[in-house]
Amino acid sequence: MSEFRVARLERNLSFGAKITQINGLLVVLLCLAAMIGVAVLYSIADGSWTPRAAQHGMRFGILLLVMLVIALVDIRWWMSLAYPTYIVALLLLIGVEFAGVKVMGAQRWLDLGPVRIQPAEIMKLALVMALARYYHGLAIERATSLRHIILPAFMIGVPVLLILNQPDLGTAMLVGATGAAIVFLAGLSWRIIIIGAIAGFIGGITFLIFGLHDYQRARIDTFLHPERDPLGAGYHILQSKIALGSGGLAGKGFLEGTQSHLNFLPEKQTDFVFTALGEEFGFIGSFSVLVLYALILLTGMMIAARARHSFGRLAAAGVCVTFALYVVVNISMVMGLIPVVGVPLPLISYGGTVMLAVMIGFALVMNVHIHRSAELPSGHGFLL
Amino acid sequence: MARRDEDASNLFTRRALILGGAGLASFGALTARLYKLQILESDRYRGLSDENQFNFHLLAPSRGRILDRYGNPLAENADNFRLLLDPDQVLDLDSLLSRLAKIIPLADDTGERIRKSIKQRAAYSTVVLAENLEWKEFAAANLHLPELPGVRPEVGELRIYPDGVSLAHVVGYVGRVPEALITDEPLMHHPGFRIGRTGAEKALDEGLRGQAGALKVEVNALGRVVRELPDPATVAKSGADVTLTLDQRVQSFAAKRFEGLSAAVCAIDIKTGAVPVLLSTPGFNPNLFAKGISGPDYRALLEHEFKPLFNKALGGTYPPASCIKPVIAMAALQHGVTDGRERIRCTGKVKLGDREFHCWRRKGHGPVNMLGAIGTSCDIYFYEMARRLGIDRIRDAVRLFGFGENFNLGLGGGNTGLVPDQAWKQARFGVPWSQGETLIAGIGQGYIATTPIQLAVMTARLASGRKVVPHLLARQEPQVFEDLGLPVSSLGAARAGMVAVCESSWGTAFRMGGLKLGDIKMAGKTGTGQVRRISQAEREDRVLRNDELPWALRDHALFVTYAPADAPRYAVAVVVEHGGGGSTTAAPPARDILRELLKERVETPDSLSAGREKGSSA
Repeated sequence: MSEFRVARLERNLSFGAKITQINGLLVVLLCLAAMIGVAVLYSIADGSWTPRAAQHGMRFGILLLVMLVIALVDIRWWMSLAYPTYIVALLLLIGVEFAGVKVMGAQRWLDLGPVRIQPAEIMKLALVMALARYYHGLAIERATSLRHIILPAFMIGVPVLLILNQPDLGTAMLVGATGAAIVFLAGLSWRIIIIGAIAGFIGGITFLIFGLHDYQRARIDTFLHPERDPLGAGYHILQSKIALGSGGLAGKGFLEGTQSHLNFLPEKQTDFVFTALGEEFGFIGSFSVLVLYALILLTGMMIAARARHSFGRLAAAGVCVTFALYVVVNISMVMGLIPVVGVPLPLISYGGTVMLAVMIGFALVMNVHIHRSAELPSGHGFLL
Repeated sequence: MARRDEDASNLFTRRALILGGAGLASFGALTARLYKLQILESDRYRGLSDENQFNFHLLAPSRGRILDRYGNPLAENADNFRLLLDPDQVLDLDSLLSRLAKIIPLADDTGERIRKSIKQRAAYSTVVLAENLEWKEFAAANLHLPELPGVRPEVGELRIYPDGVSLAHVVGYVGRVPEALITDEPLMHHPGFRIGRTGAEKALDEGLRGQAGALKVEVNALGRVVRELPDPATVAKSGADVTLTLDQRVQSFAAKRFEGLSAAVCAIDIKTGAVPVLLSTPGFNPNLFAKGISGPDYRALLEHEFKPLFNKALGGTYPPASCIKPVIAMAALQHGVTDGRERIRCTGKVKLGDREFHCWRRKGHGPVNMLGAIGTSCDIYFYEMARRLGIDRIRDAVRLFGFGENFNLGLGGGNTGLVPDQAWKQARFGVPWSQGETLIAGIGQGYIATTPIQLAVMTARLASGRKVVPHLLARQEPQVFEDLGLPVSSLGAARAGMVAVCESSWGTAFRMGGLKLGDIKMAGKTGTGQVRRISQAEREDRVLRNDELPWALRDHALFVTYAPADAPRYAVAVVVEHGGGGSTTAAPPARDILRELLKERVETPDSLSAGREKGSSA
C-alpha cells in the first residue's frame, strides 16, 4: 500500500514536492564539515578571513546551491549522461597524455584557455556513473559472471593506466579502488574476487618493484624511514606528526597552534590541514572530525541502500566510497601510516577543484535520495 | 522484475555492510593511530614541538676591558655589525649570496669561504657571512631579511685598541680561536668569539673572557626569530676589566720619541715594582690582527728588519756595556778590592799578556777614582776592577741585580739573557775561562747579555738597594721588597757615580742638561754596546764612526737612569738597537720619559683611586 503510494508520488514528483524530499541531515553534516574547514583556515591565517577562510566558506555556499539544483534534476538525465561523461573524461585523460601541462614533474593538468582542469578528478565521478549505468542494465546473475567483468575491467583499467602514466599513483589507486568497490557492490562472485585479489596483489608487487618512478620510490623510502632525513623529504611527515602529537587530548587551543603558525607544517591549508586541526583541537577535535565524516558516509550509504534502483544504489555508494577513500588516505598520510600522496581532506582542505568534485558527487547522492523510488528503465540503449 | 530487483537490493545491502565493515575498521585504525599520537606519545611530540618552536642562541659575553693605571682604556670593545648564517637553513647558498650581494658588498670568495667553514665546523654552528659592516649596510640587510632565510643579523663586538701601535706588544691582541685550542665549549664555536692571542690579552684571557649566556627565542620554520624570551638567569656575564700598571700617556709619548728607531724601553716604579712603560719599537697595529690581518700585511711585518712583532723590551738581548759599571763598582767596594778613593791611571789602553785593551777615550782619562770612572765611563778603571774581582764574583754581583733572570711579567716569552762564568765557559766551549774575558765583562762586553727589562731592574735595585721585582698587573696591596743586604756605602758610591754622569760637567750624559724638572736631580749611566770586533788593523788606522757603518753593524745605544736622585721613584732603561752612542741616542729620550713619569703624581701602591688625582700632567 505505502509502496504503491510512494511509487506513484515519485513518478509525478512536482518541483515543490522534490524540495521537501531533500535530505536535511546530509546538508547539515556537509555544512558542519565545511565550517570546520573555514575555522581551521581562519586560524592558519593567524586569525584572518583572508586569504582563504572567507573564500572557502563562499565557495561552499555557492556549491551547496549548485548541488541542490543539480539534485533536483531528473535522475534519468544523470543516467543518460553517464556514458557520454565517461567518454569525455577518457578523451580528456588522453589529451593530458599529449597536451598536458607539466606541474612539479607530473603531467596532470589540461590547459583549456581560461581554466586548467585535472581530468583525473572528472574521471572519478564519471567512472562511478558509468559503472552504475552499466550494472543497472544487467540482470543480477549476469553481474556476477566472469563474462560481464570484461567491460567494467576495461572501463576501470584504461583510465587507471592513463593516470598512472601521468604519473599520479595516488589518484590512480583511488580511481581503481572506487571502480573495484562498485564492481564488488554490484555482486561480483567471490571466486572471481579472490582470483582478482591474488592477481592484483602479484601485479601490485611487480609494479612496486619495477614500475615506480624515482620520486615515488623516494617517498616510500621516506615513509618507511622518516627519521633518516628529518630536514629533507621526511620533514613533512615528521612535522605533521609533531603537530598532531603535541596537540594532546584537548589541543593547544584555537589560534594557538605553534607548528602551523610558525610554518613548520607543510601544505597546511591543503593536504595537511588535518594536522593543523589536530594541533589546535587535540584528540577530541580530530576524533570528532572522524565521527563527522563517518556520519556523512553513513547517511550516504543509507541513501544508497534505500534506493529502489541499481543505478541509484551503485552511484550513491560509489560517491561514498570515493569520499571515504579521500578521508582515509588523507588522514593516514598525515599520521604517517602511508606514504605521502597528494590527496586532500574533502570539505576541509582549501581548494576549488576538490570542493567542486565533492559537491557534484554529493549532488548525485542527493539526487538519488530524492529519486529513490523513481522507476528507471533497464534498457540497453547507449543513451537509454 | 520486482523480485529480481529485491535480490539485487539484498545483495547490495550485504555487500555494502561488508564495505561498511571495512570502512569502520579503517576509521577504527585511524582512531587508534590518533590515540597513540595524541594521547600516548603526546609528551614526546610536545617536546619536539617545543624544540621546533624555541631555539637557544648563545650570547657571547662582553670581553673585559684592559685599562691603564688611570683607567684609560688600552683595549675596549666597539659594535661589530655583522651577518651570521645558519647553514642548516640555507637551501641554495649561491642564490642567497647573489641576492645579498645586491644589498651589501660581499667579497668574491665569500661563498668559497663559507663552504669551507661549514665543512670544518659542526653543521649546527653558525658562520660569519659578513662583519664590520657600516651601519647603513647593516640596516639595509635587516630590511631585506625576509628574502634571506638563514641570515641572522647580530651586533657583536669588535676589539679595538685605541692607542694600538705603542701598546701592541704588552697588551697584545685577540683573534679567532686557533683550531688546536677549540674545545667542546659552545662559546668556542660562536663565530664572534675571540681569544687572546698575545700579550696581556693572552695572559689574562680567562678573566677577560667572561661567561657565555643563552637567549631563548621563538623561531618559525625558516629559523627566523619571531619573539625573544630573555631569562635573567641565562644572561651572559661580561669578563672583568683588568687594570695594568701601564701609563698610556707616557707609553704613547715614548713611542713617539722613538719613532723610526728600533728601540726598547722599560720603566719601573722603584717603590712598587709597577711597570708604567714597556715599549718596543717599531710596533704594529693590533687592530689589524683583531679584525684578521691580510697575508701581505703580515708578511711585511714578519720580514721587517726591525722585527716589529718581537717584544724587544722583554726578549731582546744586548750587551749591558758600560751600564754594568755601577754594579762592578759596587761589588769592588763590597769585596774591598778598592776603597773608592784609589786612583787608577788611564792611558787609553792597558796590556794583559800580549793583548791590548782599550778605553773608549783613545787618549785616556789620566788617574781616575771610582766617582770619576763611573762619571766618565772609564774602561781602564773597570778592566782593573774586574781583574781584581774575578769573573765569579762579577757573576754573583750581577745576578743579585737581576741579570740572568727572566722578567716576562707573566706575558710569556722573555729572555734570561746570559751571565757567563768559568764553569759556563768550560761546559759551553770546553776551554777554560781567560782573564781577558773577565776584563771585558767588567765593561759589560763579551758573553754577557741582558734584556732591557733586566737593565731597568738593575737600575731600580741600585737606586733602592732592595730586590725590586717588576709587575704589570695593578695591585691594591702595597709592595715591600726585601733588602738586598748590600753595604750602604758601596751602594752610595755607585749612585754618586751615576749622579755624576748626569749632573757633573764632566759626566758622559751632562750635555743633555738634566731633567729640567725643578731642582730634581737624576742619576744615570750611558752605555755603548759593541756588536762587532774591531780589528787591530782598524784600531791602528782609525776606528770607523757609526755613521760610516751599515745599520746592523753600528753600536747599540744604551742608557739607564733613575730619579729623583735623592729619593728614587722611577727607573728607566733604554736600548736603541744600532743607535750609536748611548749619550746621544738613548739618554735624551730616556730622560724625557723619566720626566713625563715624574710629572704624574701617583701615590703608592699603584691603585686606581690614587690614579684619579692625575695631576699637572700634559
